[in-house]
Order: sequence, then C-alpha cells, then structure tokens
Amino acid sequence: MEGASIPANPLRRTRKRHDRIGDGALYGLTGLAAFLGLLIVAAIVWRVAGGAWPAMKEFDVRFLWHNAWNVNLDEFGARDLIVGTVVTSFGAALIGGPLSIAIGLFLSELAPPSVRLVVGTLIEMLAAVPSVVIGLWGIFVLAPFDAQHLQPFLGRTLGWIPIFAHGQDKVESTMFTAIIVLTIMVIPITSSICRELFISVPTELEEGAIALGATRWEMVRTVVVPSVRGGVVAAVILGLGRALGEAIAVTQVIGNFIPLKLSLLEPADTLASRVANQYQGATTNLQIASLIYLAFILMSITFMTNFLAQRVVKRFELQRTGGS
Amino acid sequence: MATPDPLGISLQAQGRTRRRLLVNRVFEGSVILAAAFALAVLAIMVWSVGSRGSSALNWDFFTKGPAVFGQAGGGIAPALVGTLLLVAIATLFALPTGVLAALYVSEFAPKRIGDQVRLWLDVLNGFPSIVIGIFVFALMVKVKLPVIGIGRHQSAWAGGFALAIIMLPLVARSTMEVLKLVPNDLREASYALGVSKWQTVLRVVLPTSFGGILTGTTLAISRAAGETAPLLFTCAIAGNLVDWNPSHSMLSIPLTIFEYSESPDSNLHAQAWAAAFVLIVVVLVTSLTARLLLERSRRKLGAAR
Repeated sequence: MEGASIPANPLRRTRKRHDRIGDGALYGLTGLAAFLGLLIVAAIVWRVAGGAWPAMKEFDVRFLWHNAWNVNLDEFGARDLIVGTVVTSFGAALIGGPLSIAIGLFLSELAPPSVRLVVGTLIEMLAAVPSVVIGLWGIFVLAPFDAQHLQPFLGRTLGWIPIFAHGQDKVESTMFTAIIVLTIMVIPITSSICRELFISVPTELEEGAIALGATRWEMVRTVVVPSVRGGVVAAVILGLGRALGEAIAVTQVIGNFIPLKLSLLEPADTLASRVANQYQGATTNLQIASLIYLAFILMSITFMTNFLAQRVVKRFELQRTGGS
Repeated sequence: MATPDPLGISLQAQGRTRRRLLVNRVFEGSVILAAAFALAVLAIMVWSVGSRGSSALNWDFFTKGPAVFGQAGGGIAPALVGTLLLVAIATLFALPTGVLAALYVSEFAPKRIGDQVRLWLDVLNGFPSIVIGIFVFALMVKVKLPVIGIGRHQSAWAGGFALAIIMLPLVARSTMEVLKLVPNDLREASYALGVSKWQTVLRVVLPTSFGGILTGTTLAISRAAGETAPLLFTCAIAGNLVDWNPSHSMLSIPLTIFEYSESPDSNLHAQAWAAAFVLIVVVLVTSLTARLLLERSRRKLGAAR
C-alpha cells in the first residue's frame, strides 16, 4: 500500500516532519476509535455482570430454574421467562424461517427485475419500521383480530393438543400474538440475507440444472439451496437472535404474566419483555439487580446464538471449498 | 385434451413429468404467496397507522405539550425536541468514532487485526438493545460514571450515549463498505504526487466516500430515532415541558408511543397513533431516500473503478 517515496526536497524538510506527525496522529486516532469498539463490548459485559452481582450472590445459579417474581418478598427467579423467551423466538424462527427462504427465492429466482427491486425495497422497509410501532399495531389491530378469529379457530381445530388449548375467554395478550409479532420482525432480516445468498449462487450452475431438464423447483432443491445451505441456516439463526432480544414489541402484546401456562393461547412473558416492563417499578436494590441478572442471561443467550451462526457459516464454507 | 399428432406422441405432459410440473407450480405459487404475505403485512401496518394517526394530527400536536390528565388534545412538542436532542448527541458520539474506526480497518490495520475489529463490531451489533440500555443504566444512571464522575440520574446524555452504542457498529460497517469501493488508483495517484498518507486519507479517500458515509449515517440515525428499549432506563422519567438541557431526562417520541399505548385512556391511544404516524413517516422517508442515494453513489464509485 505504501506509495514509492520521492527524493526529499532539502528546502521542504518541515513538510516531512509535518507528515510524520500527521501520519502518526491519524494512525493513533483511528486505532483508538477501533479500540473503543472492543472497549465498549468489554465494558458492557463488565457492567452488566457487575450490576447483576447482588442478585447472583443472593440467588446464584438456581435463579435460572427458580420461578418467582415477588417484589414484596424479594424473591426472584427466571425460569418461566427463559422458557417464554425460547418458545416465542423459536416459534417465530419456525414460522419466519421458511417464509423468509421462500421470499428470498421469489426475489432471486422468480421475480422479474423490476418487481424484484420494488418488492425487495418494500420488504426492507418492513425492517425499518420501529419496534414500538409494530407493538402499537400489535396491541390495537393484531391482538383483537387474534382474539376474535385466529385463536378461537386454533382452539377449535387443534385444541386437543395441549399447547393450543383455548379457554372460554377471549384473551388478547398471548404468547401466540407475540410469536406473530416476532415473526414479522424476523422476516425482513432473514429474507434479505437469504436473497443475497441465493443471488450469489453462480448462474452457470443454475443454467446447467435447467439445461438438464430440471424444473425450477428441482433446480432450487438440488442446486441453489444446497450450495448455500450454511448461509441459510445462519440467516435463520440471526433472525432468531433478533427475536430473542426484542423487548418493546413483545412486552406490548404478550401480557407480562408468569407462571407460564402450557397453552400458547395464554399470557406469558420473556426476559427482555420483563426487563422493559419494569423500568418504572423497580424499587428495591435486589429487584434492580435481578432485572440486570435477566439482562445478563439474555446477553449470554444472544451472544451464544450469534457465535453459533458464525460457526455454522465457517463450517459450511470449509465443506464447500474442501469438497470442490 | 390435445389430439395426438400423426406419430402418436402427445405433447401433453403425462405421468411423472406431469407430477414434476405440478410440484413446480405448487412451489412457484407458495413462493409468490410468501412474498405477498410480507407485502400485505406492511400494507396493513402502514394503512392502520396512516388512517388512525392522521386524524389526530393538527398544529397543536406539534407545538404543545401533553394535555393535563384526562383532557383531550395536547401534543408531542417536548418529545419531538427530546428525540432531536437524543439523536444529535448519539450522532455526535457515533459518527466520528464509527468513521475513524472504519478508516483504521480499511487504511491502516493489518488484515488480521482488521478482522478482529470487525468481529467486535458485529458482537456489539448483536447485543439486544435492551441490554445496551441496562448497560448504560448500570454505568452512569445507577451510579456516577467512573473516572468522569457525572451522572447518577437519568439524562439525555445517558440516553444519547445508549443510542450511540446502537449506531456505532452501523456507521462503522457501512463506512467500511464504502471505503472498500474507493478505487486504489486514486490512493496511488495521490502517493505518486508525493502526498503523505494522512493527507491522502483526509483529502482523497474521505471526500470520495463522503456521500456513502452520509447515507450510511442517515440509515443509522433513522434506526436510532425509533429505538425505545435503550431509553427505558436511561432517559424515561421526565417532565412535560420542552427542555433543551441535555443533563435533564426528557421525553422522546418512541417512549411516548410506548407509554400511551399501555395506558387505558383512549385519547392517549389516538395520540400514540398520531406520534407513530409522525415517526413512521420520518423513518421510512429518510431510510428510503438514503437507500436510493446509497445505490447511486455505489454505482458512481463502481463506474470509476
């Protein structure tokens, strides 16, 4: 990268000194800024763990499988919040994953270029809608619709499965509503990564499959998807990570209720949602520490999820280059 | 039914072929359906916000503070000012840091260290925003900020700092992408003229990528303007008056929507929809414009290469 240096002009010595200082200063400044990123990550882990420390001392690891949130008795535990977080996020990834892959395929393989641009931009716009607006819409539009139509329908048809058991009352704030809201938030992220992946598949491979007489579906199944399988898995995991950490929209629609019930059509709560919900009500020090403990658990889960996504990408990349 | 041609061969797909074509049709249909579903969700959402929000919009809404409890009317002027201030503080922190970090990675760092920096920025980007809020709360709201010794209460500084942490990886990553597009010929031409490295970076590389950095920052700002979770513990409990002092806690648009949506008062619901309408218009317009501009500057840089 270093350009060839020109012979120094003896009359312009000062200029050279200038440049030495300038180079050094800019190098130091940019390096400092880059280091700041690392510093902030470290500070986040340090301060969140530090803030949670009183609760960690009081409840230790049993906090993870103890289930309570009793402010008056200073008794706190995270079990049902963890379960709620995992169930809602996996639910969203389970519905949103296939939908996103389908949208990615539509945008990369099926749609004509003009449609591709418009639809692609619109779906990216869905990602730009702030979560509090999605939550607002969730409370006043989606939840009533759920309670009036979707949930009774699920209760009638699938009610014999315990997780779809539907009681007499029409409940608006439920885990099911939260799953739909999260699905809406997962789709733009996962589908835009999937689209990029599918576009990256060499056209020659696709044309080869078509030339051999494959239908579009057979081409997708045998060529397009297998060659970017790792990326697709990682995209779904990244969507999952987004769903795990969403606080606002979930707290608006889930009902903030533990203990958890078996049915998805009942109120529940998640880690992020509980933290968000208690921002004005936290009074005792132990309660604040317990909230930060929840944030610490959430941070650890999302960290592992993102790490997993990277590993998946690495593993499949190795296979791909090693196999060919 | 197609009539068999003279040789007795039907052009109509039959048996296995017919099934394959059928499966293909089902595939194409469901893929189109999935895209239509996503578009329908967006359309319903924008339509709900538009139809319910626009009716509560009037001049007072932008110029007045919240109404006394139980009364109709009132506006979001303090929240508008608050969001403006919060975003300004966040940009003040995140823009220089993000751009400098990106410059380090693309102009100075060896590849191995650059990859490390990128990795940490991704980790930072992966933290849930509520965790960022809790972090800033534990850093400078619950206690005094270490070393500097300010804080111990909610303030626009704290909220803006939390938003800056959200923006930092976005600004840095988008700047890196743009810097990658700056043609190497430009750098080499500058060196060949005897210009030093820092002058090259500041006078050639940065101006060339200026447009891209600007649009990347705009996208980050539009994301930060809509964030609620980082503000919950850092800048939430505030008075009802317009306040320009960043050491005070202040109202903001996203938090106003959040609080009004949880309240039982239907007048406040109408206000929440109106505020959501304002927020969504601002966010969608800025991010759409930024995206189009980004596309243009990318094409321009790509053509120069």
